[in-house]
Amino acid sequence: MAQTVFAPWDDPQAKPLIQFKNVTKRFGDFTAIENLTQDIYEREFFSLLGPSGCGKTTLMRMLAGFENVTEGQILIAGQDMAHVPPNKRAVNMMFQSYALFPHLSVWENIAFGLKREGKPKDEIAARVEEMLRLTRLVKFAKRKPHQISGGQRQRVALARSLAKAPKLLLLDEPLGALDKKLRQDTQFELMDIQEKTGTTFVIVTHDQEEAMTVSSRVAVMDEGRIIQVATPAQIYEAPNSVYVADFIGDVNIINGVATKAEDGYLITWAEGQAPFMAKTPNLFADGQTCHLAIRPEKVAISAERPADAVNAVEGQIIDIAYLGNISTYHVKLVNGQMIKAQAANTRRLSRRTFTWEDRVWLSWTDTAAVMLER
Amino acid sequence: MRRFSWFNATSLTVGFAFLYLPMLILIIYSFNESRLVTVWAGFSTQWYGSLLQNQSFLDAAWVTIQVAIASSTIATVLGTMAAYVLVRGGRFMGRTVFSGMVYAPLVMPEVITGLSLLLLFIGIGLDRGIFTVVLAHTTFSMCFVSVVVSSRLVSFDKSLEEAALDLGCSPFDAFRLVTLPIIAPAVISGWLLAFTLSLDDLVIASFTAGPSATTLPIRIFSAVRMGVSPEINALSTIMIAIVTVGVVTASIVSKRSSLAQQRDEQAAARAT
Amino acid sequence: MRRFILIAVPYLWLVALFLVPFLIVLKISLSDIALSIPPYTPQLDWTAGWAGFKDFLGQLDFENFTFLTQDPLYWRAYVSSLQIALISTVLTLLVGYPIAYAMAQAPDEWRPTLLLLVILPFWTSFLIRVYSWIGILSNEGFLNQFLLWTGVISTPLTILNTNTAVYIGIVYTYLPFMILPIYSALEKMDGSLLEAAEDLGCSRLSAFWLVTIPLSKAGIIAGCFLVFIPALGEFVIPSLLGGSDTLMIGKVLWEEFFSNRDWPVASAVAVILLLILVVPIVLFQRNEQKQREMDQ
Repeated sequence: MAQTVFAPWDDPQAKPLIQFKNVTKRFGDFTAIENLTQDIYEREFFSLLGPSGCGKTTLMRMLAGFENVTEGQILIAGQDMAHVPPNKRAVNMMFQSYALFPHLSVWENIAFGLKREGKPKDEIAARVEEMLRLTRLVKFAKRKPHQISGGQRQRVALARSLAKAPKLLLLDEPLGALDKKLRQDTQFELMDIQEKTGTTFVIVTHDQEEAMTVSSRVAVMDEGRIIQVATPAQIYEAPNSVYVADFIGDVNIINGVATKAEDGYLITWAEGQAPFMAKTPNLFADGQTCHLAIRPEKVAISAERPADAVNAVEGQIIDIAYLGNISTYHVKLVNGQMIKAQAANTRRLSRRTFTWEDRVWLSWTDTAAVMLER
Repeated sequence: MRRFSWFNATSLTVGFAFLYLPMLILIIYSFNESRLVTVWAGFSTQWYGSLLQNQSFLDAAWVTIQVAIASSTIATVLGTMAAYVLVRGGRFMGRTVFSGMVYAPLVMPEVITGLSLLLLFIGIGLDRGIFTVVLAHTTFSMCFVSVVVSSRLVSFDKSLEEAALDLGCSPFDAFRLVTLPIIAPAVISGWLLAFTLSLDDLVIASFTAGPSATTLPIRIFSAVRMGVSPEINALSTIMIAIVTVGVVTASIVSKRSSLAQQRDEQAAARAT
Repeated sequence: MRRFILIAVPYLWLVALFLVPFLIVLKISLSDIALSIPPYTPQLDWTAGWAGFKDFLGQLDFENFTFLTQDPLYWRAYVSSLQIALISTVLTLLVGYPIAYAMAQAPDEWRPTLLLLVILPFWTSFLIRVYSWIGILSNEGFLNQFLLWTGVISTPLTILNTNTAVYIGIVYTYLPFMILPIYSALEKMDGSLLEAAEDLGCSRLSAFWLVTIPLSKAGIIAGCFLVFIPALGEFVIPSLLGGSDTLMIGKVLWEEFFSNRDWPVASAVAVILLLILVVPIVLFQRNEQKQREMDQ
């Protein structure tokens, strides 16, 4: 039996859990969200990624009910949320600051939302125990928030927001306050818990690595708009714009003019230089400006011109950044453009072939570069 | 010790001597045998005895305590409400006027506050007595409470309230279950401040009390106008003692709890 | 609905017991005709908020006040109040700054105690603190006894019931208000700034003058206003420590009201006092605002 890939967004039959319909949000003169339409499906781990001030937090706070929509509609499970206050929504939020109640113990923090529902005591206790086990906090139930570590606080916040079994869990920079090592462990823990509980997660983050690791889909935002929504692999391999390519990972951008060739496009990028060759499903008119985006790890570096390379160009090494497992070479082309190329350091340092000032050849295939209109 | 020169040591010594010597003299001479307050004639506690038999002082003290408890309690409720409105209330009609009215009494000379309230009470035909003093004290001390509480509310992490709403609280429950317990120390110090202001107040009480309700400061003032008396020294000593014990205890308690908190946090940080 | 109650209760309380009384004072001080008919009973419009207030402002008539300020007694009282408040503010600064400075320089473990010692008098009865000086400053008081004993003087000095006693009283009672803001400004200051100044060639004194003083400026300004504003309307200190020739507006108002029973004049005196206070209060607010913005 073939395992079906989780991709409800490709299934026209699937009903979205959350629908943004032409949502605009203004604060006075400032437009935080501009005419945004987007569907999010059940069981998704959906990331809103962008620099600070791009509107991602506003989008999340509108889902939680802390901000009203200026224009347009937000539907959750088909219901218009316009006049539903935060305490009447089947949505819970994990705050960036965790917002743990300092005067209540870990146990009471997790039970807080359940008590508001007026559930019987033993039911609450059972649910709290379950959440404590899920987040490995059983030992700390009686402690106050200031008596536990940062990582434990993060798990209390998660347990508290999951206790009411919300349809939708919003996470505002959930790992922002943790140090790097702990963050990586916690990412996997988050994914694990999401899978176990089957809750839809919407997460706000400015950390692209985090978004790439945990998400089923990533929405890259800028100035109140979603620029691209796709799976992490698509976002990385096939960005739809220079902005997205540049935001996710490291990239070389070469500006040029496209001309249709038999099997792709020729891109003229500097006078007197052979044009580059690239393939794309998109259509470009002859003479249209375009941007070639090439990831550094897809650029090969060699002393001689590789015989079979479709794209090859000569340059001089200006700088080398040694990162342990790999090195990044900054190579200057004839027209002054800098290109970064990465190579794995399979040999010991002393036997490395290239050094500063060396003249080298850079090459890549015709599918390595992505042709972008903007 | 960095830069702690003789100059600094001198200014501290002289400064604190200036602040405390007058009160120290007052305390010492309250135990003076002689009625002549500037001549030492031996140790005696007789003035405390005669103070406790002075019915007019005892009555005034009782009035003052009633007024202080009533006014500081009402002021704490109103002041906390006002602080919440100012910090969290968002925009509403007349917000500027409201914040002006909350802050103005802080800088208003007491003679003006007293005079204006008296004219009001006469204007609406309200008989002056304990009730009018309570109204007057509540009005100015609620503003002090509001300043104390709102400075705490400003630094209060708003996401705590949002978390409570998010977990199903109504706004009122969020205040009762989350905000109030957390800002309680500020509310309590607001109450203490209001209580002290009411105990202390002479001017406003003089305007608004009328002949039927003499507070302790009014009684002391009329006695002091005659000059220094050993009974007043004894009374002052008692009041200074109460305040000192209260303030020192409060600061020790808060110091202890902040130390305990620090220890817990360090322990938690080590545990990971 | 709850939000409405939350706003309305403190709002109405302040309107009824702060704004309306003040408007009554304003009204009485403005209308001469009402002089002869106390208890002047204009219909108090309890519900009138802003609109009612504006109405009153529209009726303002400054002629009575010009008259009042030209009356030599009041004119002198205002001038002398301003003078006393100003001189005592400067004196308080001179006494308070070295204390605040020394506190900020003191070892960390002393500071909470020192701070407590400054705050403690603030909780102690104002009246008692003023009273404590009567025994010290009187002709046969402790100060004269001490000075006679040391032989500095041969006849007792008359200090009580003079303006000097008022200065001492104001400096003494308001000293914490001066120390606290200066201390908090100085305490925030990074010690390495002074080292940097000395490293760049300043002497200690010029480092103090060029670095410490400018950085504590906001604290100094705040402290001065916190002393000046209440000192201007002070009543207890001039009436207990000052003499019959000590003219302070708070005392004049009190006497006008309680001894002369002249309500309209007392009201007018109050209004002028407030008008004088508006300038320092606005300046003080600006200073605070600026400080808050800088802290952010």
